Order: sequence, then structure tokens, then C-alpha cells
Amino acid sequence: MAGRERARWFDVRVERTEPVTSEVRRIVLDPGGPVAVPPGGHIEVAVQVDGRPQTRCYSLVDDGRDAGRLVVGVRLAPDGRGGSRYMHGLRPGDTLKVCGPRDGFGLLPGRERYLLLAGGIGITPLIGMARVLRDSGADYRIVHAGRSRDAMPFLDGLRADHPGRVECAVSGEGTRLDLAGLVRDAPEGTEVYVCGPMRMVEELRRHWQQAGRPASALRLETFGSSGTHPATEFTVEIPRLGIHATVPRNESMLDALRAAGADMMFDCLRGECGLCEVRVLSTTAPIDHRDVFLSDRQKAAEHTLCTCVSRAVGGHLSIDVP
Amino acid sequence: MQTSRSFPLNAWYAAAWDHEVGRSLLARTVCGAPVVLYRRTDGRVTALADACWHRLVPLSMGRLVGDGIQCGYHGIRYDSDGRATHMPAQETLNPSACVRSYPVVERHRYVWLWPGDPAGADPALVPDMHWNDDPEWAGDGKTIHTECDYRLVLDNLMDLTHETFLHGSSIGNAELNEVPFEVTHTDTTVTVTRWMHGIQAPPFWAAQLAERFPDHTGPVDRWQIIRFEAPSTICIDVGVAKAGTGAPEGDRSQGVNGYVLNTITPETDGTSHYFWAFARNYKLLDQRITTRLREGVSGVFFEDETMLNAQQRAIEANPGYDFYNLNIDAGGMWVRRLLERMVDAEAGV
Repeated sequence: MAGRERARWFDVRVERTEPVTSEVRRIVLDPGGPVAVPPGGHIEVAVQVDGRPQTRCYSLVDDGRDAGRLVVGVRLAPDGRGGSRYMHGLRPGDTLKVCGPRDGFGLLPGRERYLLLAGGIGITPLIGMARVLRDSGADYRIVHAGRSRDAMPFLDGLRADHPGRVECAVSGEGTRLDLAGLVRDAPEGTEVYVCGPMRMVEELRRHWQQAGRPASALRLETFGSSGTHPATEFTVEIPRLGIHATVPRNESMLDALRAAGADMMFDCLRGECGLCEVRVLSTTAPIDHRDVFLSDRQKAAEHTLCTCVSRAVGGHLSIDVP
Repeated sequence: MQTSRSFPLNAWYAAAWDHEVGRSLLARTVCGAPVVLYRRTDGRVTALADACWHRLVPLSMGRLVGDGIQCGYHGIRYDSDGRATHMPAQETLNPSACVRSYPVVERHRYVWLWPGDPAGADPALVPDMHWNDDPEWAGDGKTIHTECDYRLVLDNLMDLTHETFLHGSSIGNAELNEVPFEVTHTDTTVTVTRWMHGIQAPPFWAAQLAERFPDHTGPVDRWQIIRFEAPSTICIDVGVAKAGTGAPEGDRSQGVNGYVLNTITPETDGTSHYFWAFARNYKLLDQRITTRLREGVSGVFFEDETMLNAQQRAIEANPGYDFYNLNIDAGGMWVRRLLERMVDAEAGV
């Protein structure tokens, strides 16, 4: 995990695609040979959005039910950037280009206790981690939250595989997720692995920090795919360069600016590295910071943002670039 | 899909002698992976990938900060799990910022490292080399850095007929090539047993027997029981007893017994760290014997090292040629078969 493994793309064949809930499909990919899946690992997939090639990250559903296959669980995000619509349109026999699997969480065995916390479709990477923890005899607890059962895939299988260890909070049924309580009740030495919407992850991080828990014991991974607001169209300009762009709902500000002729620096494309950070001159709408590079203080100040993932919630944004 | 490795990864390998690892950074390559080893403030050993997550420079060129390590280039700090705890020029921690940490166990005077899937790193699987720190035994050893495939060292130790020719002045004798031997195996072990009855002891063993029985000048019964434990540990039960005093039946009281303890860790496909020691169960407190034995074996093993490195060069100089295997290679052949099975199992073959 030192550095980043160089991307190696290869073809996989869609073997099966089946509904899990009304929003989520389980897509089974045949890699055509043995592939090692690290617990909590994900693959990158080359998708087509409005006829343009893009890449998306999907966590692998490593539930042991399809040996030797790469399985992803994809929720159709109506207000998303379009990757999930492409994935839901796949049919058996289709060929996909993928890269990985890679491990973003770095599950460490041998800890005293584990808390696996998922929001909605965020359960996918935790499924493989839970299996490893169960098989090693670890003390672990799984908490799955969502607004409705339809937004909480794989719950039945999880309960069957981990009797007595799975709890769920369904806000639509009145059982809300109590993040402060989870942190309070987590005994000393607990390691937390969390995957879910940005709002949930950020709130958990704040409680964790306020409780004085070690930052390195809270493990998260970001694909920069969610924010605290749904994605909406907005406009952006770089006055110094005379560049104006409209950023559609399903495109990133970075892509829109590059298409409009701006020479942008960037790298990770998921809001981690900070290379695409730009200066905000003014904005007529709130900024939806979707990165994990800037601190809460820096985000609140609204002087800078990361163009690869962050957006304005409608309105008009004026920036300057390096 | 990929060319198969010569070594399995899901196993414990000796990475260092216990005394080599301390409150400083030790760089070592184990099974092709650069690793940095150090002791935490509580004395326990940490092993991390020796390449900073950021620009891949060796972390072993950095410095210890408490139980963690700070990269010597841009100052990223990692804790003993390899997770970043401080990043320069930003207020947050990048969630991806980590280097791999390896499971380690300290046992039998070695630091053992598990280069494969950490979920399988059960300390109960550390090879048995207890003679190294058992109060009933005394001894010491060294490390040889070989310029050869680690399997050539395993071949060498599994077939001791070479002693007659390579080590004729110390432990070799003609009978090694004349008496039959027996080979047995399990899924993880291979044992080669050879008894030589009523022979004249070779110089090394004559001297050892004289330490206990200065008056004995007659023939001896000599034994070599070579036990391989996967993937690369070979402990050889060796000794001589006055001939006809019951050693083959289990009574070794009229003899001297030693264990040649070997564990060979692949460094790369063509190099290895060969950790060895010689332990004895007589005159335990006599440091003169400990030192003499260590230096004596060291001299014998230098003869092996020279041959093995030359063998590796010869293999490379004769591409397209494989070994011809003889009956004396049975032990080594079983070892290679067990290793191939382990490597295949890891590749999902």
C-alpha cells in the first residue's frame, strides 16, 4: 500500500445482473482467472456517461456467494453523475474494462473490537471485512443505517452470516442512527470502519474527534461521490482567463473547466490529494465541499475548494486557478 | 496470468536475529518486499513497508518518533500500524495515507515476519526452532547472505551426501554415500533419516565426542535426521555415540547430540538470508565450545556458500537446462513439491 499501485486495466465479462432492492442491483463479473480480493476492496470501472468515457469506483461485495467472481452492488442514483445508470443498463455477456481490486480501508486484524458502520449502499465494502473478522474470531459489531429498507441492500444475507452482530437503524421507520451514542458506547480500543454518505461520515468524524478518540482508529474511504446536497447544475467562471462554464448535474467542475479550456492540475479525482484546489473569489450559492482534503475550518471559510468533487449548490461561482 | 513465484507468501519467515532489531531502523528485503524493522518503546517489534506512501523513498532513511516513524524526505509520520498521523502542509489526514504493516512474532531468537495475507498469520505456525533458546541446549549462529535461489540452500541441506566431497576435512566420511537413507513426508514436513553404524568418526565429531568421553577411541554410531518444515526451515538432529551403546534404539547417553538449525528467507528470486545456528546438549556452560562450534560450522558453511553461489551462476549460464534428479535428491524433491503446492494454492490454481 505504499504509494499507489499502477493501474492495470483488464476485461471482465458480465455474468449476471439481478435486483437486490428496487434501487440496487447486484452485478456479477467474471474476471476470467483468479483475482485476489482484499477485504473492503474496490474496483475502478470504465463507464460511459452521455457517450463520454469516465471512471467510477465500486466496492466489491465479497459475501462468498460467487467464488472467483468480482461482485459489485450498485445503487441507481437519480441525482448522481450517471455512472450508476450505465451500470444498471449492463446485460449478461457485456464486456467491461476494470482496474484493481484495490484496498482503501486497510483492515488490520488483531484489534480488541471493531465497529463496522454503513449508510445505505455503503454496506458493500464492509461485507468482506465482516467475513474476515468473523473467520478470525474477532469481536465486531455491524450497524447498518438507511432511510428505508429499499435503500439498505444485503441486510438479510448479512444477518444470516453474522447472527447477533447486526443492528439497523431505518429513519423511515423511526429508528434513527445515534452517532454520538455509537461513539460513546464504543469501548476503548475500538476501531471503526465507516462507509456511507458524506454527511454521515463527517458527523461521525466530528463525534470521534470531540470524544478524543485516535484519528487513526477511524477508517474511511472516499470516492467523492456524495456531498451534503444533491448535485445540481451551476455556472463557474475564471475571470482572469475569461473562462465561463456551465457544470451540469452529472459532470464535475474540473471536467467542465477543462472542456472550457482551463489548464487544470489534478490527480486523485476523489477529493483526497488537494492538487485541484482553487481559490474562491465569490459565490452566490453555498459550496458543497465533497472532499476530505480541506479541514472543517477551511471548508467553512469558503476561500478554497477542490474542483474534482466539490460543487456549488446552483448559482454562480467565481474562482481563480493556479 | 502471472509467472509463479518460487516462494509462498502465507508463511512466517525469519526477517532478523532478535539482537539486530532495536531502537533504530533496520532495512531488509523479505520475499521481494522492502521492509523496515524497529522496536517500539515497549520493546515489541514493528515491520512496515520500507517505502513512503508519498514518493516511495525508504522510510528506513527517516527516524523514529516514539512508536512511529517519520519519513526523512517530507516528514509524513506513520504510527506502528503504518497509518499516517501527520501530514505536512495540510490540516487533514489523507484517508489513503498508509504503508503496509506486516505481522511479526519474536520467537526462538528470530523476528518472524508474515509477508502474505495477514488474516492467516497465526503465531502457532512459526516453525519449531526451540533449541535456539531452550535451557537444555546451548549454541549460537550467524547469517549468510546467499547470492542464490533459497531453494538451492534447501536442496543442499536435504541431501547431506555432499558432505563427503565438499566437507571432507571436517564432517564428511565415505559411509555417508554408502548407507541407505529413509525419506518420509507429511503435508508440511519432509524427513530424511540416515544411520551409520560402527564407523570411524570424522574429525569434527571425533573432537566433540572427546569433549564428553576423552578416553573413547573406538567406532561410533552416527546419525543425521533432517527435518524440513515448510516453507524453509530445516532442523537437523545430528550426533555420534559409542558404537553399539543403543543410540539407534533411543539411548543417546553414550554420545553427543547437536542440532543444525537453518531457516532460509528468500530476499529476491536469486538471493536469500540464510540464518543458521548450531545447538548442543552437552557442556552447556562452556563458552569455549560454543564459540568453537559456531566458528567451525561457519567454516563448513562457507564451503557450501561458495558452491551454492557458483551453482546459481552456472544455472544462469546454462539457460534452457533443468537439473537431472537422482535418488539422493528425494528429500529436496519432496521439499520442492510441497513448496509448489503452497504457491499454487495461493495463486488459486
